[in-house]
Amino acid sequence: MEWLNTIIQGMLLGGIYALFAIGLSLSFGIMRLVNIAHGDFIVLSAYVSLVVSQGTGLDPFSTLIIVVPAMFVLGYVMQRGLLNATLSGGLLPPLLVTFGISVIIQNGLLQGFGAYTHRLQEGAIETASVRLPGGISIGVYPLLVFAVAILSIGGLQVLFYSTRLGRAFRAVSDDADTAELMGIDNRKLYAVALGIAMIFTAIAGVLFAIRTNFDPAAGPIRLILAFEAVIIGGLGSMWGTLVGGVILGVAQAVGAALNPTWQILAGHIAFLIILIVRPSGLFPRTRD
Amino acid sequence: MTLLQTHDLSAFYGDFQALFDINVSIEEGETIAIIGANGAGKTTFLRAVAGVLEAKPEAIMFDGKPIGGMTPHEIVHLGIALVPEGRRLFQSLSVEENLLLGGHSERPGPWSLKRVYELFPRLEELRRLPAPSLSGGQQQMAAIGRALMSNPRLLLCDELSLGLAPVVIRDIYACLGSITGQGTTVVLVEQDINRALDASARFYCLQEGRLALSAPTKDFDRAALTAAYFGL
Repeated sequence: MEWLNTIIQGMLLGGIYALFAIGLSLSFGIMRLVNIAHGDFIVLSAYVSLVVSQGTGLDPFSTLIIVVPAMFVLGYVMQRGLLNATLSGGLLPPLLVTFGISVIIQNGLLQGFGAYTHRLQEGAIETASVRLPGGISIGVYPLLVFAVAILSIGGLQVLFYSTRLGRAFRAVSDDADTAELMGIDNRKLYAVALGIAMIFTAIAGVLFAIRTNFDPAAGPIRLILAFEAVIIGGLGSMWGTLVGGVILGVAQAVGAALNPTWQILAGHIAFLIILIVRPSGLFPRTRD
Repeated sequence: MTLLQTHDLSAFYGDFQALFDINVSIEEGETIAIIGANGAGKTTFLRAVAGVLEAKPEAIMFDGKPIGGMTPHEIVHLGIALVPEGRRLFQSLSVEENLLLGGHSERPGPWSLKRVYELFPRLEELRRLPAPSLSGGQQQMAAIGRALMSNPRLLLCDELSLGLAPVVIRDIYACLGSITGQGTTVVLVEQDINRALDASARFYCLQEGRLALSAPTKDFDRAALTAAYFGL
């Protein structure tokens, strides 16, 4: 029973990792953009929520009304004004530019907020739990995060497979040059894509910051977790990303149960094992 | 009325010049062929008109307006569609999604999903299948249908017959009549000279990036064509 409990807690933990990964997966899937600053955008969203919360007295969930549109606009403008210019030169220019953005965000946050750790306070829901038969206790908050991850991915599936915009995203991902010949303005579409990726980044950032302390340097580890979830799941597969997050979460929970210092290491080891056994991930979709 | 006119059109791939001072004039409703040997610049010409390659604004006039240097998606909205060489269907989209994507520009006109299925009934039966599962001929039909979905005034067809069996090529060319019947102007680029000349009223022959001959298909000097084609 104790092991079942551990595995369930690990699965729920995977929900937040999947949320970390969605934005990264979208920007890579649609425009082959490897966004090194992704983790820092997660942390930036948490700080925006903190500022809005302190300024208006809103609770963190409610600040999403402001954080989500703000991050969408930031993503749109950044793609339009900066990242589009890097995409024609191969894989390296976007890596370097987003690495630079990562440095700028981290140091900007350090300058503005200092190196102190912060946490968003959502109140009673953080510690509430439901008790299942057999002595298993499930936190309401991790369950909520997991549900948000499933809803987010389900929503994206609808967007991708049932809308005109989603069809254009898939076409551009297949063959950007031919999509342009069909009347699609790739640059505008890429800007919308990063905007949408940022919506999920904002949600991930706020939900993560309610559960975990954050500081200006908290981004890179979130980037690594997001990368691992995406790679385990297979590039371009959204449900695969959820599975990747769950595998990471379960590996960490099992590692922590064996020895508390093994938690992070266990996740990375699970990632490496899957990379060796299935180099293209469990459910690969994207072709290059 | 002249629909497309080029004035000393030149095109480059990096430092390599692929087209030299091409002057072409196409009337609305015409079907013309562009023929030439491998590497003569036929595909380059289509790519320049479609906006994929850089050009000076006045070098390409469409409906009296300069379009050189515009982006491909702007040019689609003006009414020029390209059926690319090798078909280039979107691999992860179904046949119907490929067609719908062709209509992304939402240009008004006679062509719709229904009309494309009337032209190519086989596509309607296959509409839910992923594009790569189609045969070469079916893929070519889908590529033509996709281009028609943008309701072009000018349809550029690059090597429709490439890699297809003769009987399939005949079927596809038989459909061209229905397309031109809508008043659509068609430019055919072909290596299969006889096929192209049969389907068109005039032709231009390119040779190493230069215009070598231009004549009506009904009445021309075979020896002159041979000379223009091979550069003898």
